[in-house]
Amino acid sequence: MATQTTSPNVRPATPLVRRGLWSSKRRREQFITFLSTTIVALGLIVILFPLVWMFSTSLKTRAEVAKFPPVWIPAIPQWDNYRMALTGENRFDIYFKNTMIYAGGAALGETLSCAMVAYGFARLRAPGKNALFVLVLATMMLPFWVTLIPQYIIFARLGWIDTYLPLLVPKFFGSAYLIFLLRQFYKTLPKDYEEAALIDGAGYFGIWWRIIVPLSLPAVGAVAIMSFMFHYQDFMGPLLYINSQYNYPVSIGLQQFRAPFGGTAFHLLMAASLVTLIPPMVLFFLAQRYFIQGIVVTGVKG
Amino acid sequence: MAVQTAQVPAQRKRKPALFGLIPAGKIERREALWFWIFISPWVIGFLAFTLYPIVMSAYYSMTVFNVASPPVWVGFDNYINLFNDRVYWKSLQVTGYYTLLSVPLGIFFGLMLAVLLNQRVPALGVFRTLYYLPALLGGSVAVALLFSWLLNPQFGAINLIIRTLVGPNGLIPLGITGPRWLQDPNWVIPSFTLMSLWGFGGTMLIYLSALQGVPTALYEAAEIDGANRIQQFFNVTVPMISPVILFTFITGVIGAMQQFTAAYVISGGMNLGAPAYSSMFYNLYLFLNAFRRYRMGLASAQAWILLVVILLLTLAMFWASRRYVHYESDEEGAI
Repeated sequence: MATQTTSPNVRPATPLVRRGLWSSKRRREQFITFLSTTIVALGLIVILFPLVWMFSTSLKTRAEVAKFPPVWIPAIPQWDNYRMALTGENRFDIYFKNTMIYAGGAALGETLSCAMVAYGFARLRAPGKNALFVLVLATMMLPFWVTLIPQYIIFARLGWIDTYLPLLVPKFFGSAYLIFLLRQFYKTLPKDYEEAALIDGAGYFGIWWRIIVPLSLPAVGAVAIMSFMFHYQDFMGPLLYINSQYNYPVSIGLQQFRAPFGGTAFHLLMAASLVTLIPPMVLFFLAQRYFIQGIVVTGVKG
Repeated sequence: MAVQTAQVPAQRKRKPALFGLIPAGKIERREALWFWIFISPWVIGFLAFTLYPIVMSAYYSMTVFNVASPPVWVGFDNYINLFNDRVYWKSLQVTGYYTLLSVPLGIFFGLMLAVLLNQRVPALGVFRTLYYLPALLGGSVAVALLFSWLLNPQFGAINLIIRTLVGPNGLIPLGITGPRWLQDPNWVIPSFTLMSLWGFGGTMLIYLSALQGVPTALYEAAEIDGANRIQQFFNVTVPMISPVILFTFITGVIGAMQQFTAAYVISGGMNLGAPAYSSMFYNLYLFLNAFRRYRMGLASAQAWILLVVILLLTLAMFWASRRYVHYESDEEGAI
């Protein structure tokens, strides 16, 4: 500052002032970044601790589970816990098969129906469309519990109790949230291809199947994964409709977990629980970009 | 599209039919027809699995109905019975307490984390992914079981850590052994809140994308005006993302009011609401009446009250927010 005022030849010395400010500002920014990173990293340890504890418990002996001071790392990892937890009275082989049928079927149904319905709402013009779309959004707010009892009674009359039909059939009629997500994505696609196809005499169905769906594969994939993930973890639906052990999905099987020798065997319970979390975790890490995009596109969490 | 509209006058003139639902031009009619074909799955699903059940639910709520025999009309008796049911009031109180505790805390932590991550933190993608992971798993039975183990009064990790730090023989011997969490009626709702907070990464993700959408020019302007970081946060960041905060608040309230899986799993499905009704969440009591006692009429009345409460709360939140929420543009972006 002093040098500037003494030499009148130099232009009003904003560059110098700015550099001075900038360098101290940059240092402050660096400090804030460092501090933020530290807090976030420490927070991450807290957030991930339950999963680590779960893994550690699953490898302990029964005695190690109930020890104080606590055993953080089991002396000899008891890998056999996993076999004990997943077999015997607990038929996790069957539960996993049922879950795959349920989650796979539901994901297929929801993806197909939502991809179709979303195209109608995103691209085709018809009187009353906007009012109908508001109705779609309104159903998102509707508590599941209001429709639950009459639905249960319909499905009971149809003789569908203890089958996956009451859980799978409604999925082929779309879901408001996923329709919304796909419609938002379709709206970002350029219209040129469709208009060209229309002039060439293509039908709307062909445009949807040959142009829109291939162009929106990332979004359609995200919808399929989200739907699979939701139904993989679904507890409420199977709790209402599935009664016999041979039809249990993983969620119910885990809730009904029986330790081989009675009592709550936390080491075995954690082993079984951890195994059920592996498929969603693997799927998430493989497809995390889609998840995060889905949330960012709609601003809604799944 | 312009090509088509130009063709319309050449065609035979028709008037819009059926209250304007069928448009005039031939091409418009074809497009509208295809619109209905494309959305037909949703329309059928809406009629069969939403509209009809809602109407029936309203009807059942006015009846005594145990599935086995046909419903018997009783008027508003179910609603009156609920009004006089102490467990019902308890379930409202439990749910209200949980909602008021977990939703604001979730928003607070979510926003704080998003702001921290937005400070040019390196490896942002890794942090974002790992923080989101619990939100992804949060609704599962496995996580409910994990927390019932973490919060075990004797051997759960949380009390073990408390005892190691401040227990009778701990690092700082204060003789604190930690609460009995899920076994102490006073600590049950804080325990459930802790479990829900574990999933705050979902809210964080929404805020993070909102923060990245705030124009940097606004911060530069605020800085020139001499605003410090805290002032910038309250005068730029919060107003700019206030619609998102409102949105997460509303979805958070609706979600918290429908808590079920964790409450059911933690009670083992046996003693629903234990201990001393302190975990008798609204929907747990609804489930108990409907599927354990087969009082479908009473449970339908509970469901309808929930619907009305959620509707009124949502409207109230929108109404209350009119003064505080700042909308940048009136674009279609709202939907």
